[in-house]
Amino acid sequence: MISIENVSKSFVLHNQGTAEIPVMQGASLTVSAGECVALVGASGAGKSTLMRMIYGNYLTASGRIMVGDVDVARAAPREIIQLRRRTLGYVSQFLRVVPRVSTLDVVAEPLLATGTDADAARTQAETLLTRLNIPQRLWALSPTTFSGGEQQRVNIARGFAFPYPALLLDEPTASLDPTNRATVLAMIAEAKTRGAAIIGIFHDHAARDEICDRQFDMTKFTMGPAA
Amino acid sequence: MSDYNFAYLDEQTKRMIRRAILKGLAIPGYQVPFASREMPMPYGWGTGGVQVSAAVLTPDDTFKVIDQGADDTTNAVSIRRFFQKTAGVAVTEATSEASVIQTRHRIPEQDLRADQILVYQVPIPEPLRFLEPSEVETRKMHALEEYGLMHVKLYEDISQHGDIATAYAYPVKVEGRYVMDPSPIPKFDNPKLEMAGIQLFGAGREQRIYAIPPYTQVVSLDFDDYPFQPTKADHACDLCGAEDSYLDELIVDDAGGRMFMCSDTDYCATRRKQGHVGAQGVPYKEDAA
Amino acid sequence: MTPLLQVETIAKFYGSRIGCADVSFDLYPGEVMGIVGESGSGKSTLLNCLAGHLTPDRGAVRFDTRAQGLRDTITMSEPERRMLGRTDWAFVHQHARDGLRMNVSAGGNVGERLMAVNARHYGDIRNEAIDWLGRVEITEDRIDDRPTAFSGGMQQRLQIARNLVTGPRLVFMDEPTGGLDVSVQARLLDLLRGLVREMNLSAIIVTHDLAVVRLLADRLMVMKDGHVIETGLTDQVLDDPQHAYTQLLVSSVLQV
Repeated sequence: MISIENVSKSFVLHNQGTAEIPVMQGASLTVSAGECVALVGASGAGKSTLMRMIYGNYLTASGRIMVGDVDVARAAPREIIQLRRRTLGYVSQFLRVVPRVSTLDVVAEPLLATGTDADAARTQAETLLTRLNIPQRLWALSPTTFSGGEQQRVNIARGFAFPYPALLLDEPTASLDPTNRATVLAMIAEAKTRGAAIIGIFHDHAARDEICDRQFDMTKFTMGPAA
Repeated sequence: MSDYNFAYLDEQTKRMIRRAILKGLAIPGYQVPFASREMPMPYGWGTGGVQVSAAVLTPDDTFKVIDQGADDTTNAVSIRRFFQKTAGVAVTEATSEASVIQTRHRIPEQDLRADQILVYQVPIPEPLRFLEPSEVETRKMHALEEYGLMHVKLYEDISQHGDIATAYAYPVKVEGRYVMDPSPIPKFDNPKLEMAGIQLFGAGREQRIYAIPPYTQVVSLDFDDYPFQPTKADHACDLCGAEDSYLDELIVDDAGGRMFMCSDTDYCATRRKQGHVGAQGVPYKEDAA
Repeated sequence: MTPLLQVETIAKFYGSRIGCADVSFDLYPGEVMGIVGESGSGKSTLLNCLAGHLTPDRGAVRFDTRAQGLRDTITMSEPERRMLGRTDWAFVHQHARDGLRMNVSAGGNVGERLMAVNARHYGDIRNEAIDWLGRVEITEDRIDDRPTAFSGGMQQRLQIARNLVTGPRLVFMDEPTGGLDVSVQARLLDLLRGLVREMNLSAIIVTHDLAVVRLLADRLMVMKDGHVIETGLTDQVLDDPQHAYTQLLVSSVLQV
């Protein structure tokens, strides 16, 4: 489902003496449907960078990143938008939403964007929020005022609302209490069962060992000074 | 005869105005710009109508002037005398005897014939002006037949008053093409715009002439669910008893007493001569004022 | 899929000074594109060239018309272009008073475009106006008020309703949230996002506010000195900017 071939990446900082910072070279990785792979390596090894490259958030200097039949490294913006809408989900560490939009609508949005009717999308969002223990009295409020853990759970609910065939998870269990952590791990397991190809970053080693089929060590592809 | 050129204006000016009139007749409802002259009267007193009348009058014509339907108001009397003095034409108060009728704010009750010309005095010729202040833009809207804005005005009327409250200068569409301001005639007169006579409109200050040729289709704008309705006071004339004419309301004392009478004085007088008597009228006498 | 708008090497000069030059892009149905840059970068000139308010000196702007497919809007006749302007296109001005008739009621403002395409039933026009006022969160009891009685945010929402009532396919927006309070901006942005999705609108939004494009735009074009210096997915351009100027622009935003 996800096939990364020989990708490299560097940052050029024009306003800081045109410093070129190479961060990755020659990374290759394949993830099949129903498989969960953990990216590992020290902080600065480029785990988040690779994940952002797969999502099209960072440009890829060379190599191929196939998600389904789209090469993210070369795809036009509208192809990536389409890919993100129906194929590739991403649960980032931080929730980024329009202020003043209710939590329920934030979670329902990926469904609305793919043409689910409003009522069905809201029902699905309610189910997810209930499962992740977000109290009902918060649903009508914007998540921007929530605690870190609550925001993280809203983010997860949103990321799991649509059944994407490919999923990127950046620290999905960070800042969660044991109950919610177990719920999230169960949701990831369910996604695997329905055939999703998953790439994740987990600092929570117990969670990583429980849910991931294998690990991919970024360190050997890292060139940066932080390696 | 006086020392004036016939009908005051010089021949070249009259030719220029006639060309504008002919163009206006060729493009019904289209506002033709013309080089309006200074006339010996203030703007607003009918300088546009006077110039059009001067351009169409011939020595054989019989001229009539009405102001709000009346032959005997200051404005009407002044203009009538002006052409008596500068053109030496015959004048009349009888609609049927006139060959050229200059009017302010009315169409005579009596149907005009094919050999008669009705000249309107127009203060603001541009029907779109109230909503679109730019002349460049309004000319473009006419050119491209973009007339949605005209209905916005009618929409505003209904939303504010529950009905189309525009009672005069009610916009019309001429021959399915140009939207035109018929000058501030009451909308009661709008159906009469389809007539046998020639209708010419002159706006002196705004320097525009436009025209409706005989038997031209003139449709008052409206909504499907708020159709155009010509309205008049729900009364009969208190002098002649006419129920089909446009009425003026007159306060006659300090106690709120009032009467309604035909705004078209010739129409009223003619009926009274024929023996019609209204509720407050007295039988017609030849020398009655 | 046919692009809704195909822009080819557009250039506009003011005398010897460049307004914008060499701008080309395709916009597809449902796409929202942001154009950012500082004052004088040519983004408003470009928007006005695309919307037919300015005639470019070079290039082509092809729009996928309903009847005849792709047509160059620069060379088409003025009546055709103006017809597009009140049917398939919408233009949301920064200042609501430029896009509204301030002496006409809210209902009349919304109804005008309907009447311009020959709606002649008062009751229908009014119902449509009420419906649209509701969609931009203006209550029915304000329908007969003039925009002068509205707050800035309400005026802007009214302008949007007035523009969208004829179901356009392409919306041009010039700093749609400029000059509004931050809380009012947020509500407007949310509203616009919803409408774009529901109506499958394509939009081109000119702004200098990077937060606005992050929330509204799928794609981004960065302009400087009349030229496009960087394009791409909005989040990619903002998070991984390539051009020196874009890096400067992104790093200059105050974090809150």
